Amino acid sequence: MKHTISILVENNAGVLARISGLFARRGFNIYSLAVGVTDNEKVSRITIVADGDDYTLEQIEKQLNKLIDVIKVRTVKPDELLQRELVLVKVSCTAAQRHELISIAKITQAKISDISIDSMTLELSDCESRLENFQELLRPYGIKEVVRTGTIAIQKGTAALRA
Amino acid sequence: MATERMTVAAAMVKALEQEGIKHIFGYPGAAICPFFDELIKSDIQNILVRHEANSGHAAAGYARITGKPAVCAATSGPGATNLITAIATAHMDSVPLIAITGQVVSNQIGRDAFQEADITGASEPFVKHSFLVKDGTTIAEVMKKAFYISGTGRPGPVLIDVPMDIQKQEIDFEYPDTVEIRSYKPSFLGNKLQIKKAAEALKNSSKPLICAGGGIFTVNASGELLQLSEMCDIPVISTMMGIGAIPTEHKNYYGMLGVFGVETAKYALKECDLLIALGARMSDRSVTSLSPFHETVVIHIDVDPAEIGKNSPVNIPIVGDVKKVLEQLLTELNEMKHPRWQDMLYTHKSERVKRNTDNEKSAELVSPKYFVKTLCKYLPDKCAVCSDVGSNQIWAANNVVLSGQGRFITSGGMGTMGYAYPAAVGIKTAEPDREVVALSGDGSFQMSFMELATAVQHGINVKGVVFVNNYLGMVREYQDKNFEGRRTMVDLSGSPDFLKIAEAYGIKGETVSGNDRVECAVKKMIEANEPYLLQVMVDRTERSLIE
Ligand SMILES: Cc1ncc(C[n+]2csc(CCOP(=O)(O)OP(=O)(O)O)c2C)c(N)n1
Ligand SMILES: [Mg+2]
Repeated sequence: MKHTISILVENNAGVLARISGLFARRGFNIYSLAVGVTDNEKVSRITIVADGDDYTLEQIEKQLNKLIDVIKVRTVKPDELLQRELVLVKVSCTAAQRHELISIAKITQAKISDISIDSMTLELSDCESRLENFQELLRPYGIKEVVRTGTIAIQKGTAALRA
Repeated sequence: MATERMTVAAAMVKALEQEGIKHIFGYPGAAICPFFDELIKSDIQNILVRHEANSGHAAAGYARITGKPAVCAATSGPGATNLITAIATAHMDSVPLIAITGQVVSNQIGRDAFQEADITGASEPFVKHSFLVKDGTTIAEVMKKAFYISGTGRPGPVLIDVPMDIQKQEIDFEYPDTVEIRSYKPSFLGNKLQIKKAAEALKNSSKPLICAGGGIFTVNASGELLQLSEMCDIPVISTMMGIGAIPTEHKNYYGMLGVFGVETAKYALKECDLLIALGARMSDRSVTSLSPFHETVVIHIDVDPAEIGKNSPVNIPIVGDVKKVLEQLLTELNEMKHPRWQDMLYTHKSERVKRNTDNEKSAELVSPKYFVKTLCKYLPDKCAVCSDVGSNQIWAANNVVLSGQGRFITSGGMGTMGYAYPAAVGIKTAEPDREVVALSGDGSFQMSFMELATAVQHGINVKGVVFVNNYLGMVREYQDKNFEGRRTMVDLSGSPDFLKIAEAYGIKGETVSGNDRVECAVKKMIEANEPYLLQVMVDRTERSLIE
């Protein structure tokens, strides 16, 4: 089962290595990992989507909590989470196909970020399943390149994860 | 304390003084020279070992006997990487070790400079925390944090890597009295509700059992453990790390559990209806299979929440300082009696003891089990028996006799050969009035006997014992059992006469080749007021266990 784990860490050198090392060492699989600084410049937030049963998740959380640079760890149930990921997709696009792609962008609420004689780059921020849908829609045109940021997540409602 | 202007190296030494450090085990090289150069001016004694791994083991022995962080130091590159085994060994056994390493100059880092090793990276899986000091002005904070992290909660190794140029940097130094790390809250009481639940479960149990682990020593909770065991009439078994947590001859003690444990301890674990695991990891080595716990209520008390439920299912987890939790638990309990349960175990134990003693008499050369028992008969109460790894470790673990003050020191989690002698050097340095004996196998001893020189040079009065079976005995045993007796790489032919080795270092000793000589040789060794070595010839086929 996939879990989305939010981790607040001290913004110290090497902290990412400690965390990714821990996952590798203890055999926890990472699907995606996204890092960025929070509103406090000394604190970064790492969002990891990882795979594992309940036992594994419990171990991941406990082991993360043991790292000195880890301030807080929280795993929230998927339905209580707002999840977002950004994807950039570069597809082949002849002049004749432009209108089709523009209408796909409109329906999916994607942005057209770049265009050239024979290609178009679309940008979409959404949840994982919609991104996958989006890619499927573009596939027939010939995908040249896909870049994804990895999922970030925030809890719905007023609850906040702060250092 | 007012700020003072000084180099980072001087500040490191000042910090160590502030932490009450009296000895450092180290080995030099260019990258750590600024630090060692400052050490000359201090009262801290530097003990030169002969291999960096042994500086770590010696410091670990020192730390385990004092209960406080102890320090080892090495140079960059190979010096630092040589330390890794010791760091990993300390990590597995939750030993508070401070490892200081020199690093190449800052602007060379990342360029594969001469003797550059990414030691914070390489040691990362084995440390509780580490620091690469890039800015000398942080040194006071780093040192304070290192000691705090290493010595509190579940103790462990902390590495401080300091580039050569940083060591020479001039700073304003002031050592802080306290330190706050917001993400680290190491010591706490147990949850009251859980403690009440545990007390309730204990009242409902007719066959309770305590398994004591190394965590008992960490917080010095032997007294509370003894009180619990005696007041509630609960039998005690231990992990290898927990040997001596209560006196081995106590009527409630039934020995070490695990793969190489004693039968009665395993039997007790199988039969009990309630188990209190105290500061024990319940590792694969101790708890051979999870099934014994089927019907058993398991109460696991540990300071590290990650250990609870990691290796075996737990019914009542209690996270907290083991000593504090025991104090809390004791207030919830009254006297209990479990005569039938104690009788059951006592009968089991008596039968086994008789069988074992019969076996020993027939030993041709020296029976190592008889040796260990005889040794312990003559050792003073305040002693430390250090053991290496292999059959010799099992002989020691299952036959050592310790009173309240005695300690058994071995590499439990890692099983690191060569541990005993340097650990003994460390213990003896910390407490010269403690009688310290290192028991080694002939394989293990050849991994660290260079430290005989350390003992001689610094006048550290360690007693060494080498069990010579001319085999890597435990591996041979393993091959006999699992590879249809095909023995490879276990014959130690070519090994030296260890008495001659001792002699070459100027160390006196004796070769013991029969049970009848043991008593006399042991007495002489203990009386010796200098480093001493016994070479004990044991039967080549002597196994770890009798059963
Ligand atoms: C550093 C290290 N290398 C290898 C091993 C694997 N090992 C475990 S026991 C053992 C044999 C130990 O031989 P010896 O010290 O002579 O003890 P004996 O079993 O003969 O008493 C070996 C090689 C180990 N534990 N540690
Ligand atoms: Mg041997």
